[in-house]
Amino acid sequence: MGGLGVRSIWRQIIRNRLSTIGLTLIALLVLTAILAPHIAPYDPFKTDPIHKLEPPGQKNLLGSDALGRDILSRILYGARISLWIAILIMLISGTIGTTIGIVSGYFGGLLESILMRITDIFMAFPRLILAMAIAAAIGPSLTNVVIAISFSAWTTFARLARSRALEVRQEDYVEAARATGANDLRILFVHILPMVISPIIIQGTIVMGGIILTAAGLGFIGFGAQPPSPEWGLMVSDGRNFMPEGWWASTFPGLAIMLTVLGFNLLGDGIRDILDPRMR
Amino acid sequence: MLAYIVRRVAWMFVVLWGVMTITFFIARVIPADPVGAILGPNAPPEAIEQERARWGLDKPIHVQYITYLWGVLHGDMGVSIRTRRPVLEDILRFLPNTVELAVVALVIGVTMGIALGIVSAVKNGHIIDHSGRIFAIIGLSMPAFWLGLLLLLLLYYKLGILPGVGQIPYYVLRPPRATGFLILDCLIAGDFSALWSYLLHLIMPAMTLGWISTAAITRITRSSMLEVFQEEYINTARMKGLRESIVIMKHAFKNAVIPTITIIGIRIASLLEGAVLTETVFAWPGLGRYATWSFLALDFNAVVGVTVFIAFLYSFSNLIVDLLYAYLNPLIRYE
Repeated sequence: MGGLGVRSIWRQIIRNRLSTIGLTLIALLVLTAILAPHIAPYDPFKTDPIHKLEPPGQKNLLGSDALGRDILSRILYGARISLWIAILIMLISGTIGTTIGIVSGYFGGLLESILMRITDIFMAFPRLILAMAIAAAIGPSLTNVVIAISFSAWTTFARLARSRALEVRQEDYVEAARATGANDLRILFVHILPMVISPIIIQGTIVMGGIILTAAGLGFIGFGAQPPSPEWGLMVSDGRNFMPEGWWASTFPGLAIMLTVLGFNLLGDGIRDILDPRMR
Repeated sequence: MLAYIVRRVAWMFVVLWGVMTITFFIARVIPADPVGAILGPNAPPEAIEQERARWGLDKPIHVQYITYLWGVLHGDMGVSIRTRRPVLEDILRFLPNTVELAVVALVIGVTMGIALGIVSAVKNGHIIDHSGRIFAIIGLSMPAFWLGLLLLLLLYYKLGILPGVGQIPYYVLRPPRATGFLILDCLIAGDFSALWSYLLHLIMPAMTLGWISTAAITRITRSSMLEVFQEEYINTARMKGLRESIVIMKHAFKNAVIPTITIIGIRIASLLEGAVLTETVFAWPGLGRYATWSFLALDFNAVVGVTVFIAFLYSFSNLIVDLLYAYLNPLIRYE
């Protein structure tokens, strides 16, 4: 992933059709999340016992759920939750992983061995299971989904940041900085960190699809957001009690999850193609 | 080679010990209250004290940890606070159902994935290739639990060609438990009507679980086949006048199979995770469902037991892949 920066990759993404579709899907998600209160036809929490389990039609474009809430409005508001989860996990696990990675890559020696062995142990955890254990212990909620997934997702970033820091540490300008008397902390954060950031962001995009799937899975089995939250995984789970008469109640939120993940996967694929042309 | 194996196996046990320790502390130190969960919110304090003492939760945490570690070294993973059976016994009771499901899913994933991957690579750039790639990426983007629901909706509720959730309907007598594997138990009892009913119930969950593997294996097979196609010896084989099918299967696929094996190794691990979601959708009494229920009930011994057990299967399949690799590529051994 060496020399390619975020900017040159960006230019190539726009040229690739599939990753443009991915980017469009992500842009749609972001727009939906921002504009949800303005474009949602109804209040996502307002129950309407008379119109419960209405099929998709003129009043409710995607139907209503068992409490008469408008599915479309709930999906639109749910976009906020998905995006929020994705951003937070990315920030938290990215920060933890990058810090551990550059520290161990830069200092090397015993510290590196210890940190990397700890990383290995965390990698041996099946992600969903670890997240379930944490979410169960601290109680199911949206915040805890973020904590739980971050707790298991940082390892990829740590490995990447370490190998990048190992390369950069040899560079002349780092030597020069050291010769002028810069201390380790300064070298780490001023000279090494900027060189590590762009591969981390790229890696983040590639793994994001999987992270959103795990988060939705946690919501589905009851470890995530709690009712009446319009979290998509939870909506799928709620709706399945009304199969098959109310098929729309879980079909459409699931479709929203798939489109979001598809967006990230297409974009991630495009990036991978650019970085490794052999895979094309 | 032997030294390498010993080193890797030893390291696997260190990792498992780490996993166990971390999970132990997550399950016991963090404030959730399992005893409160059993006794309910209005329990008198004395009863809570008594119950805590009964489960050894009143002792200092390091004493609890040493007791637990001592037990594990003697094959005792504690008693489940929910089922009141030894955790290991529970795990071994539910494991066969998950293994059966995962094996069938893996067979579906491997055969379909390799076939699609080869076809896609051979027809590179053709419409078949494009549809194969789109299928694969959509497959990877689908939440397994949602796919399961869609299958149920279509094949059970609408078309009625497959049975719904569960393993065997309540009115069909289960064969006596001999191996725990229902297929084998049915065969041993010679009960073919139960076997048939079970196999029908197995189709949808196995398809759900196998789908993601299919997508992943298709992708990797396709790209490694494409890579091999550029090698000189493929041209040589063609110029020798060999039939195209022989070139593809014997010369190309044989050399492209290593990355596919790696992915299959990784899939085995994530099949266990997929099982958690699939079993929830299909009310399948396997390890995944046991895990979900134990975690929701804060069943601390079961939480640690299940996590360590799954981490063990996970590390073990990684170990096998690594050894296979070292066997195929001697350079790795001396690193």
